[in-house]
Amino acid sequence: MYDFKYQKASSVADAAKVIGGDSEAKLVAGGMTLIPTLKQRLAKPTQLVDLGGIAELKGIKKDGNAIVIGAMTKHVDVANSPEVKSAIPALADLAAHIGDPAVRNRGTIGGSISNNDPAADYPSAVMALNATIVTNKRKIAADDFFKGMFETALGADEIVTAVSFPIPEKAAYMKFPNPASRYAIVGTFVAKTGGNVRVGVTGAGPVVFRWKDAEAALGKSWNADALKSLSVKADGLNSDIHASSEYRAHLVGVMARRAVAKAG
Amino acid sequence: MPSVTLTVNGKKATAEVENRTLLVQLLRENLGLTGTHVGCDTSQCGACVVHVNGVSVKSCTLLAVQAEGADVLTIEGLAKGNDLHPMQAAFRENHGLQCGFCTPGMVMSAVDLANKNKNPSEHEIREWLEGNICRCTGYHNIVKAIKAGAEAMAGGR
Repeated sequence: MYDFKYQKASSVADAAKVIGGDSEAKLVAGGMTLIPTLKQRLAKPTQLVDLGGIAELKGIKKDGNAIVIGAMTKHVDVANSPEVKSAIPALADLAAHIGDPAVRNRGTIGGSISNNDPAADYPSAVMALNATIVTNKRKIAADDFFKGMFETALGADEIVTAVSFPIPEKAAYMKFPNPASRYAIVGTFVAKTGGNVRVGVTGAGPVVFRWKDAEAALGKSWNADALKSLSVKADGLNSDIHASSEYRAHLVGVMARRAVAKAG
Repeated sequence: MPSVTLTVNGKKATAEVENRTLLVQLLRENLGLTGTHVGCDTSQCGACVVHVNGVSVKSCTLLAVQAEGADVLTIEGLAKGNDLHPMQAAFRENHGLQCGFCTPGMVMSAVDLANKNKNPSEHEIREWLEGNICRCTGYHNIVKAIKAGAEAMAGGR
């Protein structure tokens, strides 16, 4: 690991000022991706700004017809939250299967979506539930947030402060995990909210995407069989030692059907 | 050089570290607590699991400076003198190890599980061990040990 300066931010404004003035500075939330990246010398930040001490970024609350989760809320706290379990059990279930227990004790929702790993779990839920990403500057719709592999709409001094998830009528997440890392080889989140169906797919492509053919079919008939005749094209999907693009395309359908069955 | 002060196994400790020093390096190299192991060094194997503020974390994936002020419990802090912690005793009783390299992390993870779940099922134990890898053999005796250890902890032994 290359050395760097380190500071604990006392507030979001404080952290934004540092990263706004130094393009080589990096924020650290739970550090579950950043620290392994630093250890492999894949990044060489000048300084790390630790968000761990900012109390205003933590916590879960029900706000009208939405569950609002602070950016520094850990996966374990989402998984165990009575509010999330009762309003959006699919989201608690997703959080309960990220990585392993020690990772869930450190990793955060804000870190996960800001990092935007193509195989991360949360982006699929953000897309399928049509969540709103709240930053220190504005509110960003899910469809506008995830731009590409490890790339988001966040500006240079912009920090995710919370994610607001509208409460769905039905939702479920199914993933085919990598047996070692538990990252999604393919993960599919299906949700029906206010009569609208959205399907978010992670792991399959360079960035999370919506499977619109499945959304249309499930909009007509919320049933796993409604997806049987649909398929996803392998072109442009990820291909690596774990799974070919053809296999991932196949898994998108399988995980989507299982998710619909699980959602009931 | 930054100075980090934290509580380790109930005692205050201060160490001079670099910002890039990992918690596991502070424990092993500054404090000489070599019971916490470094296996994969890529956050997967769990040999380095310790408790930070009461919950299990991978100490190879936490900067020492991030642990400023934290309460850290390592494998050395479990036994009371010559009396093994019930989870350690259960690992011995059930032969829950072969080479022993993964054992400190296994035991620390297991204690965290038993603190949260007094009577974990075999399935829950196996799921919990997703982040702890043993390369000697299967996990059969480790799972048996954790079940027995959790029962002993719940029984106050």
